Amino acid sequence: MADAVRFLLNDEERAVEGFDPTTTVLEYLRGAERLYGTKEGCAEGDCGACTVVITEPDGDGGLRYEAVNSCIRFLPTLDGRQLITVEDLKAADGTLHPVQQAMVEAHASQCGFCTPGFVMSMFALWHANKSPSREETLQALAGNLCRCTGYRPILDACQRMVAAGEATDSFDDRAQETAERLASLRRLVGLRYVTGGKEFLAPRTLAELTEIMARHPTAQVLAGGTDFGLWVTKQHREFERLVWLGEVAELRRLAASDTHLEIGAGVTWTNALPALERHWPSFGELVRRFASPPIRNSATIGGNIANASPIGDGPPPLIALGATVVLAGPGGERDLPLEDFFHDYRRTDLKAGEIVVRLRVPLPAPGLEFACYKLSKRLDQDISAACAAFAVRVQGGLVVEARFAFGGMAATPKRARLAEAALAGRPWTQGSVEAAVAALARDFTPLDDMRASARYRMASAQNLLRRFYLETSGTAPARIAYG
Amino acid sequence: MAEMRIRGGVAEGVAHDSARKHVTGEAIYTDDIAEPPGTLHAYVLMSTQAHARLVSIDVSGVVAMPGVAAVITAADIPGRNDVGPIFPNEPVLAAGIVEYIGQPVLAVAATSIKAARAAAQRARIDYAPLPPVLAIEEALAAQSFVAPPHEMKRGDAGRALGRAPRRFKGSLRIGGQDHFYLEGQAALAIPQEDGDMLVHSSTQHPSEVQKMTARLLGLPIHAVTCEVRRMGGGFGGKETQPAIIAGIAAVLAWKAKRPVKLRLDRDDDMLMTGKRHDFLARYDVGHDDEGRILAMDLVLAARAGHTADLSSSIVDRALFHADNCYFIPDVRLIGYCCKTNTQSNTAFRGFGGPQGMLAIEHVIDCIARRVGKDPLEVRKLNYYGTTTRNVTPYHQAIEDNNLAELTAALEASSAYVARRREIEQWNGTGSVLKKGLAFTPLKFGISFTNTFLNQAGALIHVYSDGSVALNHGGTEMGQGLYIKIAQIVAEEFQIDVERVKITATTTAKVPNTSATAASSGTDLNGMAAQAAAREIKTRLIAFAARHFQVPTGAVRFAGNRVIAGETDVSFAELVGLAYKARVSLSSTGFYRTPLVHYDRATASGRPFLYFAYGVAVAEVIVDTLTGEYKVTRADLLHDVGRSINPAIDLGQIEGGFIQGMGWLTTEELWWDKQGALKTHAPSTYKIPVARDLPADFRVKIWERGENPAETIHRSKAVGEPPLMLANAVFFALKDAVCAASGGDAHLDAPATPERVLLAIMDAKASAQKLAASAE
Repeated sequence: MADAVRFLLNDEERAVEGFDPTTTVLEYLRGAERLYGTKEGCAEGDCGACTVVITEPDGDGGLRYEAVNSCIRFLPTLDGRQLITVEDLKAADGTLHPVQQAMVEAHASQCGFCTPGFVMSMFALWHANKSPSREETLQALAGNLCRCTGYRPILDACQRMVAAGEATDSFDDRAQETAERLASLRRLVGLRYVTGGKEFLAPRTLAELTEIMARHPTAQVLAGGTDFGLWVTKQHREFERLVWLGEVAELRRLAASDTHLEIGAGVTWTNALPALERHWPSFGELVRRFASPPIRNSATIGGNIANASPIGDGPPPLIALGATVVLAGPGGERDLPLEDFFHDYRRTDLKAGEIVVRLRVPLPAPGLEFACYKLSKRLDQDISAACAAFAVRVQGGLVVEARFAFGGMAATPKRARLAEAALAGRPWTQGSVEAAVAALARDFTPLDDMRASARYRMASAQNLLRRFYLETSGTAPARIAYG
Repeated sequence: MAEMRIRGGVAEGVAHDSARKHVTGEAIYTDDIAEPPGTLHAYVLMSTQAHARLVSIDVSGVVAMPGVAAVITAADIPGRNDVGPIFPNEPVLAAGIVEYIGQPVLAVAATSIKAARAAAQRARIDYAPLPPVLAIEEALAAQSFVAPPHEMKRGDAGRALGRAPRRFKGSLRIGGQDHFYLEGQAALAIPQEDGDMLVHSSTQHPSEVQKMTARLLGLPIHAVTCEVRRMGGGFGGKETQPAIIAGIAAVLAWKAKRPVKLRLDRDDDMLMTGKRHDFLARYDVGHDDEGRILAMDLVLAARAGHTADLSSSIVDRALFHADNCYFIPDVRLIGYCCKTNTQSNTAFRGFGGPQGMLAIEHVIDCIARRVGKDPLEVRKLNYYGTTTRNVTPYHQAIEDNNLAELTAALEASSAYVARRREIEQWNGTGSVLKKGLAFTPLKFGISFTNTFLNQAGALIHVYSDGSVALNHGGTEMGQGLYIKIAQIVAEEFQIDVERVKITATTTAKVPNTSATAASSGTDLNGMAAQAAAREIKTRLIAFAARHFQVPTGAVRFAGNRVIAGETDVSFAELVGLAYKARVSLSSTGFYRTPLVHYDRATASGRPFLYFAYGVAVAEVIVDTLTGEYKVTRADLLHDVGRSINPAIDLGQIEGGFIQGMGWLTTEELWWDKQGALKTHAPSTYKIPVARDLPADFRVKIWERGENPAETIHRSKAVGEPPLMLANAVFFALKDAVCAASGGDAHLDAPATPERVLLAIMDAKASAQKLAASAE
């Protein structure tokens, strides 16, 4: 028996069937719903014109409002959620939402095409934080491109929205009712959505998931979908059976023991950020520069790893920190060091029917110095030309352990073994570091591509090691502060 | 009795007319127009080869696919396969030969975009590859141009260079730029009776879309109507390019006899359409020990791509701005439009001006470093005079130069001198972080340099209830043109601006219009609309004088009312009376810019009615280990004359600056060795985001601005000029690079972190080599 996808479109319940499972939310809105306020600017989650807000129960009886890119979000993932679009913000009597009013007053739209997306990102921000700082505003808007205004009036609008002092809006007024309606949509057994011979499965437990994977070992696994979405919107690939991990409770868990941080593969980067930032501030900063809030609200740690992109920003710091990846398959669970998970370009250790279930990251040992750095043309929301993570433990002035991992320098995220070896047992001094810098040139043979030349990649990678040394040994600023 | 002031008159910073619709998602763009029943969706199959003969195209597999209603290749075009705006033979669909990767080869209309795309993949195209020309240098070596070179000169640059006490040669690479309008190219073509065609197009140039669609369909122009309410950004990218999109949609609609929509997705848009030209500048410069420029021989070579498009005019404008604010006694400027097997580059905000200006600013910066002076001193030393030293290389005397005032004001308000000292101190501390500071001026010529384009029309109707409908040839792409023109009309009639209905631009109402381009939208259409309003007003005054039996001099319009001697009626009442008295309440208006002319044969004349001026100071901090940087402060002061809408003008200044900053910093177009553009989406092509806004951003409109030329309410054009304020960011980066290198360094544009780091490394390496050879 197949299910319909049931969700709230603002306050109207929808039960939809007959759409291909990889129909994007944007296609659905502009097509079936004839709601044209949400725009397509890139179909890859990089411009924000398609931003909508999805609400879910926050676990405390309230609702959590998350901005997401509707252009790469598949329709069945709305199941059990509320979808809010730009059309829903204005009151029935025509009164604008405080966010919209602030945008008008600040002269914050010119061509207006990006504006609905900005409005929705600001709406999500407004619900999360009634008095965001400029820094928090910049972070919240990192996924929205505007080509006309130069952003100053949009930032002003964010300040006006705060100054307006509205404590609640009509969504808050209806929050309890909405939460109840969402609770009534909750499934006990995972969604099974079937149409045109294609199947979309959303198991709710690890047991359910394992059972599905045993039955369909070649089924395509879908996590946050922020890269997967492009396989559909850009490569126009079709999938017979999708297994979505977004509802598997066990995969969304994040727990810390005395020795390790355990991150479920389905934990989004947004949800992982606080813990990562607490233990490794530098990792936190990297995550803040990882794509944009709408992407991080969907994208998962497990997806970033299983996707095995050589330029993913998760693996370098995780490898440098000595993380272990746990896989589960028909034969049960197994684990291996994360660096061994990556075999070659987009090829991993995953066997048929296996999935990544969690990461185990050792908590910082005494004496551990750790930093990770991302280099890209643009500071915010860009893909790394190179990403470097350095972890050293120094005892009695000598390096007892060095783990350096790089993205963008090879076909996989990869450790710099020669550079590490050059430092092992050596004093943590500029002289030893220069020897490691020289060794780094033999660790990698990077490529020329649109993000950077081989020459820049190598020179900057070497300099990042120098920066790491300067930051751990001196007090003078060795880089431009991010915030 | 104090008269009520109208709402939304001239000089008031009223909101953009669509602001409320923007924030609610109610504003309708081309792709949002309700599709007529039976509308088909089009997909364009592009060339995969940079240069090849098209041996054969077999579409039999395409036609057989489900949902397909029409397939077209060049052979199916009923009229002329040519959308060349200046020169002929610029095909919409490749005919016999493909000349870049991304060139449209065939198009399919089907019941859905998915069906059309899937069907197109079944085409069998047989290419016979030919060697491609990709780089400017290759084209220069082969003398391969899409248009003849153009030269401007005054005096004898060669002789003066020979006599100059100091002389240097060099070159600068200037990158291109994708428009990255958030709304991609889109058109909806709807067949009409008599074989006519209605085209909704996201275009800055409806008359061009109309004309080219007619040409492709083999129809007289009157058989095609083109309409556009608004664009989601244009920036020049929707001046000529929409004719290709609309043309394909229209030919498919003609063939299928059904409405056809063609909307390019971002990747296809970036792969297919033209961009800002990248340039190679080669210079030979003579100067004195003070840094005064004596002579310059400058070559500006643009990568035009596979067709001429507007390249000749763009390169002309680059030459027109290769002096920027500086008097060059003996000068020779040559511009080349290099033919390459790449996208056909096109108009982009500034239209060549930014590239020409960057070249001369680079030269001035080099001179300053050669004579050991602060570049601002050298800039001021070379500024045009007001009565002497004020003739440009194209022999137009500059009569409105206010650079000295602007410079003094910004130099003071930005605390330039004090900050220069602070930065020198910081840079002496040995930090891996270096700071840079730069002051750059701009002078930008206003008018189409193709003189005939400087004309505009408007159409105003006053209805019997006193409501007004306004139409003109200008298009709205976000720049606030519609509200500004509405303010001008409201001011004439002395009615609240809400009483003026702004209607979509359509070729059916105002014919033979010029593109909304060259920053001219308000200058031209504002004057035309004012003329139309004044014509109606004159009739109303004559009527009121008769009706109330007062002299015409006693009739005044003020505060939504008309005062005729002792009588005072509302505007609507007067209009009602005039209607019953059978007074015509509709009028066209027309404007042609006076005084402008340019003779290309002698490269002399007065191409510009006036100049816009602005100045900027930028400060940056650079990480010398990685080349990463941050713009820590920018101060802008820009002259918009007397502003018609300061809120809108401020938006143009800020937005232009940030767009220019993107061009010169993070926006990099990258082709592989086969000639395939690899930066064709925002994941790979990086325009500024909110964080890139300078942390400290101080922007001012020049309060004493007033246009000496007789423009609409003495305002100045503001669309393009502020983009070039961003030169300050580029030269601040170069300043920091030089500080890091301990001397002179070479920095090409865009100054990506990579170019910044490599510039520092190269400068250090050559300084070491120099030191070694001196030993």
